[in-house]
Amino acid sequence: MSGRLSLHVPEPEVRPGGAPDFSGVRIAKAGSVRRPPVDVEPADIRDMAYSIVRVLNRAGEAVGEWAGSLSDEDLLAGLKTMMRVRGFDRRMLMAQRQGKTSFYMQCLGEEAIACAFRKALEPGDMNFPTYRQQGLLIADDYPLVDMMCQIYSNRRDPLKGRQLPIMYSSKAHGFFSISGNLATQFVQGVGWAMASAIKGGDRIAAAWIGDGSTAESDFHSGMVFASTYKAPVVLNIVNNQWAISTFQGIAKGGSGTFAARGLGFGIPSLRVDGNDYLAVHAAAKWAVERARQNRGPTLIEWVTYRAAAHSTSDDPSAYRPKEESDAWPLGDPVKRLKNHLILKDVWSEERHVQAEAEIDAEILAAQKEAESHGTLHTGPKPSVRDMFEDVYEVMPPHLRRQRQEAGV
Amino acid sequence: MPRMTMIEAIRDAHAVKMAEDDSVVVFGEDVGYFGGVFRCTAGLQEKFGRNRCFDAPINESGIVGTAIGMAAFGLRPVVEMQFADYVYPAYDQIVSEAARLRYRSAGDFTCPLVVRMPTGGGIFGGQTHSQSPEALFTHVSGLKTVVPSNPYDAKGLLIAAIEDNDPVIFLEPKRLYNGPFDGDHDKPVTPWSKHPLGEVPEGRHVVPLGKAIVRREGAELTVLAYGTMVHVAEAAAALVGVDAEIVDLRTLVPLDIELIATSVKKTGRCLVVHEATLTSGFGAELVAVVADACFYHLEAPIVRVAGWDTPYPHAQEWDYFPGQARVGGAMKRVMEG
Repeated sequence: MSGRLSLHVPEPEVRPGGAPDFSGVRIAKAGSVRRPPVDVEPADIRDMAYSIVRVLNRAGEAVGEWAGSLSDEDLLAGLKTMMRVRGFDRRMLMAQRQGKTSFYMQCLGEEAIACAFRKALEPGDMNFPTYRQQGLLIADDYPLVDMMCQIYSNRRDPLKGRQLPIMYSSKAHGFFSISGNLATQFVQGVGWAMASAIKGGDRIAAAWIGDGSTAESDFHSGMVFASTYKAPVVLNIVNNQWAISTFQGIAKGGSGTFAARGLGFGIPSLRVDGNDYLAVHAAAKWAVERARQNRGPTLIEWVTYRAAAHSTSDDPSAYRPKEESDAWPLGDPVKRLKNHLILKDVWSEERHVQAEAEIDAEILAAQKEAESHGTLHTGPKPSVRDMFEDVYEVMPPHLRRQRQEAGV
Repeated sequence: MPRMTMIEAIRDAHAVKMAEDDSVVVFGEDVGYFGGVFRCTAGLQEKFGRNRCFDAPINESGIVGTAIGMAAFGLRPVVEMQFADYVYPAYDQIVSEAARLRYRSAGDFTCPLVVRMPTGGGIFGGQTHSQSPEALFTHVSGLKTVVPSNPYDAKGLLIAAIEDNDPVIFLEPKRLYNGPFDGDHDKPVTPWSKHPLGEVPEGRHVVPLGKAIVRREGAELTVLAYGTMVHVAEAAAALVGVDAEIVDLRTLVPLDIELIATSVKKTGRCLVVHEATLTSGFGAELVAVVADACFYHLEAPIVRVAGWDTPYPHAQEWDYFPGQARVGGAMKRVMEG
């Protein structure tokens, strides 16, 4: 063919073997982005979808209008929560490698987002998470042993062995049952928020999605419904740059930023440094307050980097430079908060090392307890009888017959 | 007892439940102010307010997806797909989410949700307003699938569906909305006001899910049908002079296997009829169930009459639709077999 047309297929700047290059990533200086009042007209903050809210600067100081949403005590607790999440991930990754379960997913490098966000919510609020928000549960003090029992699909698995590891569910902890089908929960979160508004209560929802899944139609469905009915929901996009092997440019296309997706819907849209615990909390609090005041949805793009593999079934060295994670300009969330607290003289390297050891001991003890109830391959497992329960509230005759046939 | 069309019966079921339980909310495309393109929700917004009955964006996966979130919150949403032919964008939400929520969360979250949709042909709707997709739902564990054939059942089954704590797919044969269409498209349809099943009890009236009913007792042949085909089968039996026992399944899942087996064991012959395409249709399941439960009572092979395995056509509608001639012919074949 000799026409002028050719298909544009976006490519990341660098592939394995190349030198990581984030020089094209524009990052606003910490403290430079204003904090508007929560009753701001969405039209007046359209520029914020293209900037980036940051509190911690390179020196580790908290600066600007978004600083000050948390006390030193809260920040120390937040640091320890992120360390627990990281320690938990490390142990469970190892357990998977040891054949104690089939599958695991870490959130390495993204801990600040779920951990700080959870602290901006109230009891009774509901998250509709993706598979990488284990921090929501840990920050809400969900028992680590229960999480592990789910991962091991053992006799004490709260989900009775029915779900892939890490697809937790806990209504009591404001954590909606995780689906392996991407983006479905995003619009469900909007529906939950609509229900809360229909009932006239005070509870709000938080819907979660990854950068890659914003390409799903359910993302757009969620945006339409949230915008139309001004649902009390915080719409979170965790942009960790990579959807398995696909870089964010494939889902984003020419839109500039993921936050900018919200502008056409008239939804106030922020872009926030997701590796900055203070910025995450302050922005989450702003959006949660808007929702609770019945001012409608807020879209937040959390800018971060998936430092580990997508899952235990993935090897990122096949599609991105190994050094890319270290070159990521927004740094590591744990180190940044640690440095801030050391600078404030409420934390030290020694105390950090000591806390790491304590947390590791706690996780190890939890693991020992969880394993006393079984692991996937050694058992004991949930009963085969459980396989037939909960398909319906009351087991219909055809399932009863099949259960008999299975001999249970 | 008041006389109602199927539309009025469905509307009444909504109104009864909405008055009784303020967690029942109704939404879908055009269902609010206007009351639905088939008028099944007319007057509900006026009566119960915009927070209880409202228009939705044209987005089926969004309608079902938000309804699942509402159900998880504790509401009982009843949503309308404008036509069953439009349900496919919502299929993932129905199959992967609504149907599995109770199971995958071990009962932590549940999904009391009704997805209503007009189904079937006979209105010159072409391929996008005539399909019968019930088998796509009966194949999914965790769903219940219901197809009423008259106003009495439509109201009772819809109330049962709304009260059920699991997701229910509620298929309304649109050709039956205004009368018991028997497949004879040349004669005017008898209105429901002249049919005994157009008499519908007032207030809360429940027809339990999972229970079939014998519409006409007969000795020679069992016909398993649902929706519009119940009426076509009755007319066809009269046309060819077969003493057929017509079983109206009403609920496809859970299926009333007991009633089916009792009838087939009595007659020794079985004909399965549906509008949906033949291959992998729900009829295949019925044939398997009958073969399993009644094989040694059968005096002839089980026969199926169904829509041809083509998309639903426009001009050739009456050559596609399983009418009295095809159903009657099949009855004779089973009797000769």
